[in-house]
Amino acid sequence: MSNIKYILGSFGDPDEMMHGIEQLQANNISIHDVYTPMPIHGIEAKLGVKRSRLDIFAFFCGITGTMSAFALIYLTSVVDWRNNIGGKPSFALPDFIPIMFELTILFTAFGLVGSYYASTHLFPGRAPRVMDLRATDDRFVIAVDAQQNADHTKIDGLLKDAGALEVKHNERKYISYE
Amino acid sequence: MSGHNESILREPLITGNDITYSKITNDILMPVENKPNRAWWIGFIVSLMGATLWLVAVSYTFWNGIGSWGLNKSVGWAWDITGFVWWVGIGHAGTLISAVLLLFRQNWRNSINRSAEAMTIFAVICAATYVVSHMGRPWLAYWVLPLPNQFGSLWVNFNSPLVWDMFAISTYFSVSLLFWYTGLLPDIATIRDRATGVRRRIYSIFSFGWSGNVKTWQRFEAVSLILAGISTPLVLSVHTIVSMDFATSVIPGWHTTIFPPYFVAGAIFSGFAMVLTLLLVARKVLGLENYITMFHIESMNKIIILTGSIVGVAYLTEFFIAWYSGSEYEAYAFVNRSTGPYWWAYWMMMTCNVISPQLLWFKKIRLSIPATWILSIVVNIGMWFERFVIIVTSLHRDYLPSSWVMFSPTWVDVSVFVGSIGVFFTLFLLFLRVLPSIAIAEVKLLLKSASEQAKMEQIKDGHLNKVYVDEYVESLEKFDSVKQEEYAKI
Repeated sequence: MSNIKYILGSFGDPDEMMHGIEQLQANNISIHDVYTPMPIHGIEAKLGVKRSRLDIFAFFCGITGTMSAFALIYLTSVVDWRNNIGGKPSFALPDFIPIMFELTILFTAFGLVGSYYASTHLFPGRAPRVMDLRATDDRFVIAVDAQQNADHTKIDGLLKDAGALEVKHNERKYISYE
Repeated sequence: MSGHNESILREPLITGNDITYSKITNDILMPVENKPNRAWWIGFIVSLMGATLWLVAVSYTFWNGIGSWGLNKSVGWAWDITGFVWWVGIGHAGTLISAVLLLFRQNWRNSINRSAEAMTIFAVICAATYVVSHMGRPWLAYWVLPLPNQFGSLWVNFNSPLVWDMFAISTYFSVSLLFWYTGLLPDIATIRDRATGVRRRIYSIFSFGWSGNVKTWQRFEAVSLILAGISTPLVLSVHTIVSMDFATSVIPGWHTTIFPPYFVAGAIFSGFAMVLTLLLVARKVLGLENYITMFHIESMNKIIILTGSIVGVAYLTEFFIAWYSGSEYEAYAFVNRSTGPYWWAYWMMMTCNVISPQLLWFKKIRLSIPATWILSIVVNIGMWFERFVIIVTSLHRDYLPSSWVMFSPTWVDVSVFVGSIGVFFTLFLLFLRVLPSIAIAEVKLLLKSASEQAKMEQIKDGHLNKVYVDEYVESLEKFDSVKQEEYAKI
């Protein structure tokens, strides 16, 4: 067994990269991941990335925000300390709506972005796990696990045929730790 | 995206014949990866002087209290709230561009959203400093929060629009910041992967470890769309609530139900004007003509005509209702605005906001960069006067003629305002140096579908209706970054 860990096919064009993915999959070669400088539409279906459930979570965060705002206002200005403002009722629901709305948005946004960062492991200072430094610039990189897929020359050939400008054999998984 | 061509009838969003993915990165990161030029330094030093003036004036206010402003017993709000509403209004364009235009799938937003969002955040910072400094005892600013009743005072009054405003502005600021920063992550990672040494370490921390893999991108797009969906009502709610600071009072000239939509339209109007003021200069100085094209400028000018006209209709409606309501206080407030001692402020507002933007109906003016730039500044002046007129002319005629007064600003009032512009520009110029001024990843997305070169290839393929092609080539005439000779050959 060679000590090559990952084979990277570096493409200059997103359509050629998509073609590369199809070629590899047609030959039963499993793809570890794909790194691109921009979102590629339709790639998640090819690679079997499941639909995000962030929206459902965000909805519940929003509801929590609405309820929290209502609870805050109700408990302070209706239960804890009623103010007599011109003899008007303390439980003035229309006046509660602006803050209920704002906190709905606030909770949704923070819950959504927080869970996005958590689920994709993004946080300040996290060591970037980069396989190819140009994948955030102008290259579309398909990474294949070299240990699981033994026929390296075949993978090289498939990637090159699909239009890869460069095929790299990395002995380390992430080059960014150097 | 593959095999999907955009209609030839649409104007290109990226011009130039030699644009590649790496050229986009290089062009946009040019100001970030190189030493600043002389123009930047001059701008920065002038802005920094303004920011220093702001620091002096605000410190003076904190030390001596708001008695150092020109306020008197009738006019209790003047330049402070004028400045606050002006800045909040300017802060509306960023979220409008990034959220509303995303929902409407307006791809031209991709190259202007980043700097517009940055502008939003800096404008809201300027607005918030006004709120804090007009409190008189700014060290007690936390009293606006609903804190338990341990200070000897009551809970905040949740019926008060000022409390709603505190929630609205802080929600708006933090959600805009999240939206902006999440969008920045891939671009910070681009800088990180091209940098070396300390720079790489710093950008590495701020990139949150972004790698650009499939799942992250897919979630990224989902998050952007949901954030856009919730930011759209948010941006409308913020200026609505700001307008309620006035509309829920019983002061003639303030107590009108038209305020929320009228304020929101005015906010979008002034926000787009400020985006144009900044981007027309940035585009030239940073050499971004291929990404911020004449089409972008024209589109923004069209939004300015639309919102400017809505504002104009609102002014006239207010006037009509003041008479039609039969309320003599209301009628007097409006007659006094237009013909009283502050007539000049009223007509300044009318000219700058309603009359001069109508010049943009002329294609020549709409497509002239100097004219657009001057008009954008005129709009900003007009919108400042609008808030001044609403606030000061309504207050300076109290119910008792013995308390009728005029307002005159002190040097502190003027310095806080001029200084806040300095703070804004200082922050904006720093932003241009350390972060990409255009969303790199989002512009790359347009390269294969909406760029001039992609459309050129479509034409060369020759399967297109000639009438459409001619129309397209004709529409390119307005672009200052397109070489017409190329099309003469085909």
